[in-house]
Amino acid sequence: MELYQLTACEAGRALQKKEASAAELVAASLDRMALVESTINGFISLREERELFREAEKIQKLLDNGRQLSPLAGIPMALKDNLCTRDLPTTCGSKMLADYRPPYDAHVVDLLKGAHAIMIGKSNMDEFAMGSSTENSYFKPTLNPWDIERVPGGSSGGSAALVAAGEVFFAIGSDTGGSVRQPASLCGVVGLKPTYGLVSRYGLIAFASSLDQVGPLTRDVRDCAAVLDVIAGCDPRDSTSADRQKEHYSSYLGKEVKGFRVAFPSEQLGLGIEQYYKEVFLEGVGKLGRLGVEVEEISMPVYNYALPAYYIICPAEASSNLARYDGVQYGFRSGGEQDLLELYFKNRTEAFGPEVKRRIMLGTYALSAGYYDAYYLQASRVRTAVKQQLERIFEKYDFVVTPTSPTSAFKLGEKVDDPLTMYLNDIFTTLANLAGVPAISIPCGLANGLPVGLQLIGRHFDEGRMFQLCCALEEELGMKGVRPDIRTALEREDA
Amino acid sequence: MAAEFETVIGLEVHLELQTKSKIFCACPNRFGEAPNSNVCPVCLGLPGSLPVLNGKVIELSLRAALALNCEVPPYSKFDRKNYFYPDLPKAYQISQYDFPLARNGHLDLYSESRLIRRVQIERLHIEEDAGKLLHGEDGAASLVDYNRSGVPLVEIVTAPDLRSPEEARLFLELLRRTLLYTGVSDCKMEEGSLRCDANISLRPGGEKALGSKVELKNMNSFRSVQKGLEYEAIRQKSVLRESGSISSETRRYDESRGITLEMRGKEEEHDYRYFPEPDLPPLIIEGSRLKEIGESLPELPTERGLRLAREYEIPPSQAEVITASRGLADFYEEAVGHFNRPRLVANWLTSDVQSLVKEWDKEDPMPFTAFRLAELLRLVEDGAISTRMAKEVLKESFDGGESPGEIVRRKGLAQLSDEKELASIAEKVLQEHQGAAKDFLSGNKKSLSFLVGQVMKHTGGKANPQMVSKLLQERLKKT
Repeated sequence: MELYQLTACEAGRALQKKEASAAELVAASLDRMALVESTINGFISLREERELFREAEKIQKLLDNGRQLSPLAGIPMALKDNLCTRDLPTTCGSKMLADYRPPYDAHVVDLLKGAHAIMIGKSNMDEFAMGSSTENSYFKPTLNPWDIERVPGGSSGGSAALVAAGEVFFAIGSDTGGSVRQPASLCGVVGLKPTYGLVSRYGLIAFASSLDQVGPLTRDVRDCAAVLDVIAGCDPRDSTSADRQKEHYSSYLGKEVKGFRVAFPSEQLGLGIEQYYKEVFLEGVGKLGRLGVEVEEISMPVYNYALPAYYIICPAEASSNLARYDGVQYGFRSGGEQDLLELYFKNRTEAFGPEVKRRIMLGTYALSAGYYDAYYLQASRVRTAVKQQLERIFEKYDFVVTPTSPTSAFKLGEKVDDPLTMYLNDIFTTLANLAGVPAISIPCGLANGLPVGLQLIGRHFDEGRMFQLCCALEEELGMKGVRPDIRTALEREDA
Repeated sequence: MAAEFETVIGLEVHLELQTKSKIFCACPNRFGEAPNSNVCPVCLGLPGSLPVLNGKVIELSLRAALALNCEVPPYSKFDRKNYFYPDLPKAYQISQYDFPLARNGHLDLYSESRLIRRVQIERLHIEEDAGKLLHGEDGAASLVDYNRSGVPLVEIVTAPDLRSPEEARLFLELLRRTLLYTGVSDCKMEEGSLRCDANISLRPGGEKALGSKVELKNMNSFRSVQKGLEYEAIRQKSVLRESGSISSETRRYDESRGITLEMRGKEEEHDYRYFPEPDLPPLIIEGSRLKEIGESLPELPTERGLRLAREYEIPPSQAEVITASRGLADFYEEAVGHFNRPRLVANWLTSDVQSLVKEWDKEDPMPFTAFRLAELLRLVEDGAISTRMAKEVLKESFDGGESPGEIVRRKGLAQLSDEKELASIAEKVLQEHQGAAKDFLSGNKKSLSFLVGQVMKHTGGKANPQMVSKLLQERLKKT
């Protein structure tokens, strides 16, 4: 097996045992990039190679001096381009911020730097994280390593594709309605949306503040726990950050899962799910039983209301969060305006893409005088109902299992002109954001050669036991180490 | 008979809180520094930054709320007020909408110890200030200074309870005094730490329903609040007489021309699209905390003024002057504690001492203490110095920091009150000025003053004039 194919934890062990050096890991990433990045287009910006090797050498020295470093030390990784970095521009996939360089690092970036992870570059995303295919990136679409005619999902599509393609060992994304889990599902990697408040949002460019969470995209569950071990924790700069004892998530792995109770809202499978996709998923649910987990079918009518509520609350918050992009202090400036109003119109009209504009308009409408009660307030009530129904379910069950998305990776351009169909990608994922609970997507199998994702939704702050169950299930599903064969994909492109 | 029109006024006051740092970040909250020197990603509203509420803001806001007799519900929350303007870096202001920190307060307006108006405080809420736009003289460019962005404010909204522009000014003065006592703000209108908008409408005398109101902005002093409202009341009156209706609009007071001008009509009003601020948790106020803050409040100026007038039997108007600042009132009560002649102390404090205090513009604490005033007044009462001398000693003690007793000793200012010594000098003067003595005896009272003056001359002005006059008269009667 080549270095680039290792999981982050395996690569970390190789470093500790001196089977590989930090420089070799960086080289492995760069070599892999040289081969596939021009096809995958996962990165928006990259750090200079010299700088990466210098950093690798520094870490190597620490290791050689016997310093105990985090398991992520020396591991090449990518950051979604909505996390603020001093070292690289932070574009949010938008023309608006194409040249924007923040004067500070996001809290998550501080933590990853502290853990000596090596940030290779910033990954591609749908503009301002609005989208499910990464086609809404101002710069370029990212392609799915399993089939380069298909999308990697979104909005953290760059992060998911880079991990799947072997360009980095893990990546960080953000999840507002499924933006980590859906691309993880479509690219066959593990993606976690942690409990709201577990990971600091300081330095994460806000999309919908009450829904946004930063989460890892990794090659297996162990890596996911290892990354969460680093990025979770209270941050006084984020007032919604949870003030709780730091947990050691990796310590849950390998523990017995017999007797766990999982609820399965089976009637939801009627919701426009592809047949072959459904079969792979049901097989995965069956394997839960083989682990001694009790799976019970339940009815969860609230699922029908979660998506519409989400598509009110999320654009409402976005319309306010994105109002600051006016070109006055930073960001795109068209120039030539005659007055203030024209300055706003020109900058915002020219620099925002159609999906961003659509959501700003939807959100502005939902908050407007005379419509607030019917839309925003009503959606907030539904959100409360969603939380309450989930709470009741969690009185009896440890987790809820669903598919992560209704379909496997779709073709580029297939849904881009049909926003409603595109929004339906989030049908299984928005629930966790509305309720603030953790949810994870793990690869469940392949359907027609494309990954199928299985989602587990858990109780608040129950990530540890979620990893415990996923780790066992991952073994049972046998998807570990199954990687896309990009070479074939490339050859197909050549033919 | 009822007046033709009744003026109805309500005020909206913005107050900058006296905190060390801004409301949502650690930047210094200071006025008058180089543009954009007190800024950070949070108060610049940079992408990814998040607000963290400054605990001191809550404490000061609660002090203000309790000083205004408000109810403070256990739950309140923050909301976003959305609008575009270059001085507002996030394009929304974090404010409080439907659950303000405090409601239903009041402030009582007294005149001469008599209640003239109870003004209801509808609400008091917390919000952040915006930056400041500086327009270039040529009109080609505007610059933004974000130093003020994120300065903590409370907004205080009164019910339409005020009935004249003068009453509005008196209320503002009382509000300012009350807030200064609680130490929540320095309330400087000229520096913008206290800002006031007014809503004014007219209604036919005897009518209960409110007329269409005009919101008046851009008044930069208490006086201009009164002037602006006076102009506006006259304008509305003439409009009502002519066409019979006022259009609801926002008007700006033009200080230099003394008139109000239309800013925007009702249809141009913003839709602020308020919604709950997701970046901040709700504000939960514990009863125990309220109690603690309530107990830490000082006696407020209105109550204190009423008490001083009653307890020390001084005129209410004088009590009001003394309670204009907490420091002056403390000074008064301390001085009376040392020298129990409350009226005398009040007279000195409201005349000679206060004029010196007014001239005192230094940052250092005043060297003149209540104890020294008591000492000075005791010297006068004991006859050691004359009232005229006391004024000089006061000035010198104030300027140099020396105690009145020391000054009197050092300069030998003490009055000559030794009867024997004065008697012999009086004798001598009578010998020297026998003509004047004769004049007095033949009924010319003026010549006594002359003779007193001569004794004063002999003693270098130190003689106790009352005593000299008495001695002279005794001697003259004997002859």
